Amino acid sequence: MASSAPDIAVPRKARRVLPGFGLTLGYSVVYLSLLVLIPLAGLFLKTAGMTWEEFSTIILSPRVLAAYKISFGTAFIAAVINAFFGFLVAWVLVRYSFPGRRVVDALVDLPFALPTAVAGIALTALYAGNGWFGSILEPHGIKVAFTPTGIVVALTFIGLPFVVRTVQPVLADLETELEEAAASLGASRWQTFVAVIWPAVLPALLTGFALAFARAIGEYGSVIFIAGNMPMVSEIAPLLIVTQLEQYNYAGATAIAAVMLVISFVLLLLINSLQAWVRQRGGRGV
Amino acid sequence: MALVSIPGKKSAALRDPLWVRVVLLTLAFTFLALFLFVPLIAVFTEALRQGWEAYLAAFDDPDAWSAIRLTLLAAAIAVPVNVVFGVAAAWAIAKFEFRGKSFLITLIDLPFAVSPVIAGLVFVLIFGIHSSFGAWLAENDIQVARELIPLMQAQGSDEEEAAITLGASGFATFLRVTLPNIKWGLLYGVILCNARAMGEFGAVSVVSGHIRGLTNTMPLHIEILYNEYQFVAAFAVATLLALLALVTLAVKSYVEWRMSAELAAQSSGFQESGPTPAPNSIEEKQA
Repeated sequence: MASSAPDIAVPRKARRVLPGFGLTLGYSVVYLSLLVLIPLAGLFLKTAGMTWEEFSTIILSPRVLAAYKISFGTAFIAAVINAFFGFLVAWVLVRYSFPGRRVVDALVDLPFALPTAVAGIALTALYAGNGWFGSILEPHGIKVAFTPTGIVVALTFIGLPFVVRTVQPVLADLETELEEAAASLGASRWQTFVAVIWPAVLPALLTGFALAFARAIGEYGSVIFIAGNMPMVSEIAPLLIVTQLEQYNYAGATAIAAVMLVISFVLLLLINSLQAWVRQRGGRGV
Repeated sequence: MALVSIPGKKSAALRDPLWVRVVLLTLAFTFLALFLFVPLIAVFTEALRQGWEAYLAAFDDPDAWSAIRLTLLAAAIAVPVNVVFGVAAAWAIAKFEFRGKSFLITLIDLPFAVSPVIAGLVFVLIFGIHSSFGAWLAENDIQVARELIPLMQAQGSDEEEAAITLGASGFATFLRVTLPNIKWGLLYGVILCNARAMGEFGAVSVVSGHIRGLTNTMPLHIEILYNEYQFVAAFAVATLLALLALVTLAVKSYVEWRMSAELAAQSSGFQESGPTPAPNSIEEKQA
């Protein structure tokens, strides 16, 4: 369809009124190609250069499988915790007024702005045996730092704003008339929540969950300090990539990274379709 | 969106019972305190654990200064690069319709989902070890674009089209019409990008295994100090980055307040009830 006869000089599309389309699009495409597309394609090319035998030996070795299990397991638990408390925080910020609400609202974004390494050493200092929290928990037999529990704590810190910032605008846009109607029809507050509010917020909550999960899987900086990094016990997949790289085992690092990338892509697809769902929901409400 | 809402008190139907409010507020505050506030405070108390002198002594170290210098230099390069890309990409995506647009948006989203470690790895593999800068750019190249695209899409292009029709040049239109409209979003994008660039750890850390000393930014310096059990010094450098994070959040709040004030001024016929949410407050709220 695109290949029309070259002798037609007049462009068939309506002329664009605003200038700069070619320049800005061209620049964006070149920039993204150099920094995103080519590097990622290269990773898959390198992986394709391996035989299936080599590839599967690396990614199915017990240590790598354990690292995947720890990465996905802790990321999942952290995302569940974040989904619950993130929803709670969003609800409190949107629906209740209390002194200092603006400050709390601003601080929710702290994990976005605070470098992960700083978060990592701060959490480790708190949960280590002599830290504020650690010295309370460890006499009760609860070890957090240098265990998988510590990883969950760090990932919860990292993921919180994703849930809050996804749910918050949806909650704020919710038509309160619906809740009033439900109440006038005799529904209790709890029934209104279950039947009116929850279905409207669910897509956004799932999106926030998926975002927090995706972010947590790849997280490195905050985890390595608190995890203890024991192979098979508390070694996350990104750390394993770094370890392989430091031993100049490029094939190993590449194979582990390729698997993680594929999973990230799947998650990104999922997030995009969830967001489409959120928009559709929002559109139908008006 | 609710068209008509009665200003003033919320109706009784919307109010949760008192005990529910108390329980939820307590839970939310406890969670935020444990996971956000206390770690932030801990950075400062750990840094000052042995008093001001030990804290200041951490900055006598020439390595600390070289890390700070490199971090500032890196941010000074990354932020302008980011702004140019962010504005260009937002202009192309928000003002025009073209085939492959959603693919382009996905590409901009991609670095978010990719682990910083993997970003570091691919640059080591593809461009050789001297491309730490590229890895670190890739990690950060999306902040400004992510802020601007939803903003510019929401604003549409009517004003720009009017300016062009009245004979303004393309560049003048951008400078006089678009820029004033997006200045707050741009400012926040810049400050967030700056914080991210200064704090980037994963991608740089991967490459630094090979050329340590050359890529010794502040987060890496913190890691080295921490692993050498120089906790006070590590936390002292960390306080600088924590302060930067707090400034970033303060600017963000100010920007959001200005944007909602301008929004309210534009639509003064409408009265909003209830707390106003932050307009396009998340970087993920992407079209």
